[in-house]
Amino acid sequence: MNYIPPAWILFFGALISPIFLPGARKWILILTPALAFLYILNLQPGTYLIVHFFGFKLTQIRVDKLSKIFGYIFTIYGFATGIYSFYLKDLKQQISSLIYMGGALGVVFAGDIITLYFYWELMAIASVILILARESKNAVNAGYRYILVHIAGGLCLLAGIVLYINHTHSISFVHFTHQNLATYLILIGVLVNAAAPPLGAWLPDAYPEATVTGSVVLSAYTTKTAVYTLLRGFPGWEILIFIGCLMSIYGIFYALLENDMRRILAYSIINQVGFMITGAGIGTAMAIDGAAAHAFAHIIYKGLLFMSAGSVLYMTGKSKCTELGGLYKTMPYTLLFGCIGALSISAFPLTSGFTTKSMIIESSVHQHLIWAWLTLEIASAGVFLHAGIKFPYFVFFAKDKGLRPGETNKSMLIAMGFLSFLCIFLGVYPQVIYKILPYPVAGYTAYTPSHVITQMQLLMFSALVFFLLLPLLKRTDTISLDTDWFYRKGGKYAYIFFDKTLNTINYYVDKFIISIVKLICSLFSDFIANIALFIFVNIWIMRGLSGKRLEIKKQTLYYDIKQDLMPIGIGAAISGIFLVLIFILGMKIW
Amino acid sequence: MKKDFLERPETIKLLWRLLYILCALTLIPEIFIKRHGHFGFDGFFGFYALLGFLSCVVLILISKLGGIFLKKDPHYYDKK
Repeated sequence: MNYIPPAWILFFGALISPIFLPGARKWILILTPALAFLYILNLQPGTYLIVHFFGFKLTQIRVDKLSKIFGYIFTIYGFATGIYSFYLKDLKQQISSLIYMGGALGVVFAGDIITLYFYWELMAIASVILILARESKNAVNAGYRYILVHIAGGLCLLAGIVLYINHTHSISFVHFTHQNLATYLILIGVLVNAAAPPLGAWLPDAYPEATVTGSVVLSAYTTKTAVYTLLRGFPGWEILIFIGCLMSIYGIFYALLENDMRRILAYSIINQVGFMITGAGIGTAMAIDGAAAHAFAHIIYKGLLFMSAGSVLYMTGKSKCTELGGLYKTMPYTLLFGCIGALSISAFPLTSGFTTKSMIIESSVHQHLIWAWLTLEIASAGVFLHAGIKFPYFVFFAKDKGLRPGETNKSMLIAMGFLSFLCIFLGVYPQVIYKILPYPVAGYTAYTPSHVITQMQLLMFSALVFFLLLPLLKRTDTISLDTDWFYRKGGKYAYIFFDKTLNTINYYVDKFIISIVKLICSLFSDFIANIALFIFVNIWIMRGLSGKRLEIKKQTLYYDIKQDLMPIGIGAAISGIFLVLIFILGMKIW
Repeated sequence: MKKDFLERPETIKLLWRLLYILCALTLIPEIFIKRHGHFGFDGFFGFYALLGFLSCVVLILISKLGGIFLKKDPHYYDKK
């Protein structure tokens, strides 16, 4: 039996969208992900739809537990964003988000690296439209940088894939066991999409500039397809432990500095993806399970947080913490759902973060990775600080800025309610996730008394620090420089540097050459006359000429040579002498 | 203008007390359960409370320090 790729369901939705009126079109955004979910639910493990392509056999569909769990969450979340953007009439956003989601499904079900690359690039192209669609100057610029970074990352991936195929004569996408240039290039290409520093500044640069629904859609797919690719291709690569731990702290550091609420959430994606990448780096069955489960839970609560931030932006038109505050009075439901997302990301007991993140941390304990464990625990405390309290506090409480926008629209609230339910449901019944994990977890339970207590201690004392040090956290209307500085300002400075130094060098070299040429010119313009004068004056002096006569003779000779007025006889005599000289010199040599 | 419930000084005072009480409450159950540390140094009473407290203080201070160099005016990139 053969299947069609699940991605095609969404592509079909994108294809037929333009022929429907806006009223019917928005249903496509809800129904196609739902249909794709049911379809994935019924996929049997195996590989299907082998396509011949330039001598390669491409495996369009590879179904196993790892691809299925990502397929489930991508379609569930697609369904939720469909509800969230029910108010939207913009055709290009609707089409591009369907293609983008389809691309993500294509990646997780791709059985070979060529198919993977195709869908990978499709995602980049479709997603940039969600940024550009905001049509502000900042959005267009950010979108331009976004696509340039992704093209660079994609080329790196492509170079790695080409080298890999050359080395191994295989295109199958399995665990990369050899560490060589090919696999490292693939890894770098994937890490660009995972937003790993220093390659990840595109994420907090671009996502906060996207449209309200755009950033909600974007928050889930690009980084999580990268996590999937790492879990599939690079489990147990130790460098990923280091990168993951770095990301988990890096995200907090910047999220604490940031003023824009969507940028705070963007940095907390980097922080959360750091946990998953650490899991990929640890690479044991439990770590892979933990990372997959965490990706599942993360997409839901991060989406929920982006939705609540999106609702605030939608209603107030503002996204800076310095301009927001006191919204609890008029947006109570958005606040409630935002807080459920905030508690989930902070891994409070009874939420989805608690039941999934702990698996990754536990796996680091099992491998005796003391530094990784400590970093992840510190990062767990920091998550509550920046995403758990800072985001809701400065947006909904803090100083009342007099904004009275009213509650957001119904479809947004329904979508947030749905995801809030999932956050709590997965926190209370984690078995639902545990059952679909790539490796069967035997007897793992997050709810041990000591785990619950220690987690509560960690979180409550983090909260205490937040409020004790609140004066230090006072928002300022600023942005924070990240590694995108190097291509945003660095390019300009490089230009100025080259302009100043190279052009200065050019100027002086120019002057030097010209002065040499001038010297030589002046030397040679009188060269013959000077030689003649030198010889004849000496002869004349020897013959006893002096005084005025010598002067007149000198001037006549100089004038004659300069004006080419030498009598023909002299010219002939000189030629004769020249020939004799050559003859004599020639004799001597031979 | 009448202040909102959450903005009254007495409410804020109450919330502070509540926070302290909650922090204390998370410590109490540890007396009754046996908890073994994973690495030897993390087994003592209130380790996670201390870890949460210290790491947050350090994170805030470091980011505050980093902010001196990294925080810029919002139009920083628009300037010529």
